[in-house]
Amino acid sequence: MDIVYTIWLRSMKRYVRSKSRIVGSIAMPLFLLVFLGFGLNSVVSTTSLGQQYVMFLVPGMVAMSVLFTSVFSGIQIIWDKQFGFLKETLIAPVSRLEIMFGQTVGGATTAVIQGIILMVLAVLLGMRINNPIGFFIALGFMILVGISFTAFGIAIASRMEDMTGFQLIMNFVVFPLFGLSGALFPISSLPGWLEPITLIDPLTYGVEGIRYGLTGVSQINPVISAAVIAGFAVAMTGIGAYLFRKVSL
Amino acid sequence: MTIAIHVKDLTRRFGDLVAVDQISFDIELGEIFGLLGPNGAGKTTTLSMLSTTLEPTSGTATVMGIDISRDQDGVRKAIGIVFQDQSLDEELTAWENMDFHGRLYRIPKEIRLQRIDELLRLVELFDRRNDIVKTFSGGMRRRLEIARGLLHHPSVLFLDEPTLGLDPQTRNHLWEYIETLAKEKNITIILTTHYMEEADRLCNRIAIIDHGKIIALDTPTRLKDSIGGDVVTIQSPDTAGIATALAAPWINRMETHDGEVILSLKNAEQHLSTIVTRLNEEKIPITSISVHKPTLEDVFLSFTGKTIREQDMNKRDSMRMHFRMMRH
Repeated sequence: MDIVYTIWLRSMKRYVRSKSRIVGSIAMPLFLLVFLGFGLNSVVSTTSLGQQYVMFLVPGMVAMSVLFTSVFSGIQIIWDKQFGFLKETLIAPVSRLEIMFGQTVGGATTAVIQGIILMVLAVLLGMRINNPIGFFIALGFMILVGISFTAFGIAIASRMEDMTGFQLIMNFVVFPLFGLSGALFPISSLPGWLEPITLIDPLTYGVEGIRYGLTGVSQINPVISAAVIAGFAVAMTGIGAYLFRKVSL
Repeated sequence: MTIAIHVKDLTRRFGDLVAVDQISFDIELGEIFGLLGPNGAGKTTTLSMLSTTLEPTSGTATVMGIDISRDQDGVRKAIGIVFQDQSLDEELTAWENMDFHGRLYRIPKEIRLQRIDELLRLVELFDRRNDIVKTFSGGMRRRLEIARGLLHHPSVLFLDEPTLGLDPQTRNHLWEYIETLAKEKNITIILTTHYMEEADRLCNRIAIIDHGKIIALDTPTRLKDSIGGDVVTIQSPDTAGIATALAAPWINRMETHDGEVILSLKNAEQHLSTIVTRLNEEKIPITSISVHKPTLEDVFLSFTGKTIREQDMNKRDSMRMHFRMMRH
């Protein structure tokens, strides 16, 4: 545990110092929330959502900031590789598993903090959380999404030599995961053939879970959502740990 | 005599390339031992195997009696390492880098805090301890890495090209630190370098390594003595003529190399006029003539037939070729 804590502590120190990154990664979901939310609010029929579109969008944007921050945190291992710091960690008499867990917990923590910041901003924009338990349910889902995608980032980073493939991963893996997740629109409004694809996207369950927590309404049973995203978190951590073990100096 | 590092027939292959070829040597406790050779000679590969980050293809080695293949964590606890490339977290302060290391090696808090202060003072970075490493110069970073490598009180310190890319002044400064360390901490140091002066100044014993093999191993003094006296270098358009004109029993060694004739002889100053007279009689033109005490460069040249710089060039060219081939 002490090693996991050590690596987590480093992530936190780096996070707190990277003011521009904190602001930078909150800007995109916040702008989307404002532009899409208020822009489409009067256009989108509220009957199918049971709420205002802008409020429907909040959980999706929270999920988005958690998703992008966590993938980026995981992939940052490549920087450590390039700047040599990974050597310092890997030469120490500690197990790879501890290092990987530390990185995962650290990345997930920063991602969840980013999500909470966005939630606070949403409250300032008029969102109301119905009950405090709902907040903690949403928080639980955010943690699971954070762990899943930090581990995903670590898995990718373990196989990449430099940041050149980063854009590719972001555009062809992370963005489609986000777009298909029902963060921007209700799953039921999709054409029939697209719905199964949405349902195999693990992020869908994360978004739905957060939405259930924050608004009390979701299209997927929150218990199923919790089971799927938890299973995905375990699987990704396993894959990440396996690939990280193979990283050579 | 106690052995700190014992290496027996250690070999590492990368595909067809034999990077390290059946090397064997022992390093005594408290010794500063140098691996000297051009880039790509196999120095870093050897160090990587000894520090358990690379598995040997064959052969064995022990560090402080611990087998590098059997007990990797045991070896890792016993060694401190300063890599060739920087390995600090630039976003953290000097103190935080030290603290991270101390925690990774599970040093109890009180001892950790005390040692960090002590070591930062030793490398004269105590006043800068709360500054972000990004603001540090190359020399300061190196000193911090050395301090960090010592934090868990290793028995053996590995220094891979400790002064590579540093300016001469900083290099001198760093040498003083390393010398002080060896004396005060009574620690065994193994370092790789391709700087002759560095090996000469710091090391008790040197293994000259080329193409993965150890071609000579001794104290710097004895290696230089093996040349057979002083070195006289004569530049001339007619190097072949010199060889025949100067065949004399007091010349211990004569080599023609790149438009120069290099002679080794005892008391060169006394023989200099004889050499010049003889060459004048034979009407062999002399472009320049110089005398110097033998250096490790001469030793390397006499063992390999090439200067270390030429070897570096060759390696670089073949690397470039290699990359070009990989790309196509």
